[in-house]
Amino acid sequence: MKLYLKIWRQKDASTPGKIVDYTLDGVEGDMSFLEMLDILNEDLISKGEEPVEFDHDCREGICGTCSLQINGEPHGPDRLVTTCQLHMRKFNDGDTIVIEPFRAKAFPVIKDLIVDRSAFDRIQQAGGYISVNTSGNTIDANTIPINKYDADEAMDAATCIGCGACVAACKNASAMLFTSAKVSQFALLPQGQVEATERVQNMVRQMDLEGFGNCTNTGACEVECPKGISLTNIARMNREYLSATLKG
Amino acid sequence: MSLIKSSLARKYVMALSGLFLVTFLILHVTINLASVFSPDFFNEASHFMGYNPIVQFLMQPILIAGVIVHFVMGFVLEIQNNKARDIGYVKYNGGANAPWVSRNMIYSGLVILAFLGLHFYDFWIHEMAYKYVEANPVDPTRYYHETVEKFEPIWRTVLYVVSFVLLSLHLWHGFASSFQSMGANNKYTAGFKKFAKIFAVVVPLAFAFIAIYHHLNPITQ
Repeated sequence: MKLYLKIWRQKDASTPGKIVDYTLDGVEGDMSFLEMLDILNEDLISKGEEPVEFDHDCREGICGTCSLQINGEPHGPDRLVTTCQLHMRKFNDGDTIVIEPFRAKAFPVIKDLIVDRSAFDRIQQAGGYISVNTSGNTIDANTIPINKYDADEAMDAATCIGCGACVAACKNASAMLFTSAKVSQFALLPQGQVEATERVQNMVRQMDLEGFGNCTNTGACEVECPKGISLTNIARMNREYLSATLKG
Repeated sequence: MSLIKSSLARKYVMALSGLFLVTFLILHVTINLASVFSPDFFNEASHFMGYNPIVQFLMQPILIAGVIVHFVMGFVLEIQNNKARDIGYVKYNGGANAPWVSRNMIYSGLVILAFLGLHFYDFWIHEMAYKYVEANPVDPTRYYHETVEKFEPIWRTVLYVVSFVLLSLHLWHGFASSFQSMGANNKYTAGFKKFAKIFAVVVPLAFAFIAIYHHLNPITQ
């Protein structure tokens, strides 16, 4: 198929960017979106032009590295997939595809379609961990009984790959879904109770410091999340935060 | 202190002030419906609300404060949210993942705020002038006539009805959302959301019915 691409090109963080038009022929429906961009880049390199920079790593939908706002939606029009798992059969011959970086003040553009998502790392570092002695006498996690429901909920929250689609989709560029998933995966388990009070407060504080917007419960994040992280996590974080703050 | 500064605290404030205003709507629509079905009861209830010192000097200031807190916090959140995405998308398909009402609460809220200005001018300022500026004698039977007369002009009736449509849209998202903001999301959530959506339709519909009814049934004598 033949596609008309409108791609955000930006030399570096301090240079203003712009949309550049490309026409790409010979795209197959079985190609992934990133393979389609690979072909475009091979074409650009053969012409002596600068290839389009974009993030990618595992290309299996599990690492959270790929991003891209495709036709106004993070990871494109498909549901529960990352950009690397989005296939070109979702598009038609002659389509125009607008490709932009995830937009948020807390996710500054580094180059072209690559954004700096280290704000998520700092939120995680602020409290997304448990203190466990790992010096040889670690207690097996399975020695503590955990009911199936809580274990499943915690596992569901832990499937968040931190790609940032929630922020990109949210009209307020809010990081509540990411932060709440990281809070939830510990809040539901006994191992997470020791630091529960500090965890939610510190992670929310860091989230605010990074400059993300406020959640207005539109639910866009849940719809666009490639891992199906639920809004129930945000409600849980709201409860945890209120409870932790009232405890002092 | 951390609670005051946090983004979650702002959510709590929006949710609690919104829930408070929802409870006021229940009282307001109940009394107003009486103007259709029982003018005498409407006069009694309005007189009580207008002259009871607890209502006038405690509940009324709390209500006004609730309105101010809700819309000021709404503006603060809107400004902060706009700052969080300093460079917008060339193409943003918001309709693909979130309903229009949830993405445009600021606009439905602004229409409701403008309506409140008209509503205060029509009834509250008139009431304050009647009682405290002109110092008119107490007349427990005047409220029904005053209310019906207000809806005689078609422009006012239309403005009120349009505002009630926007109120419905605002409540459609806001009412159910307030419980999510307060951390309530459990096995009762689906049922509660249904109730909130019914509420968001029925209450503004009742207000619109009252306005249209009085416009179509003017006091002729």
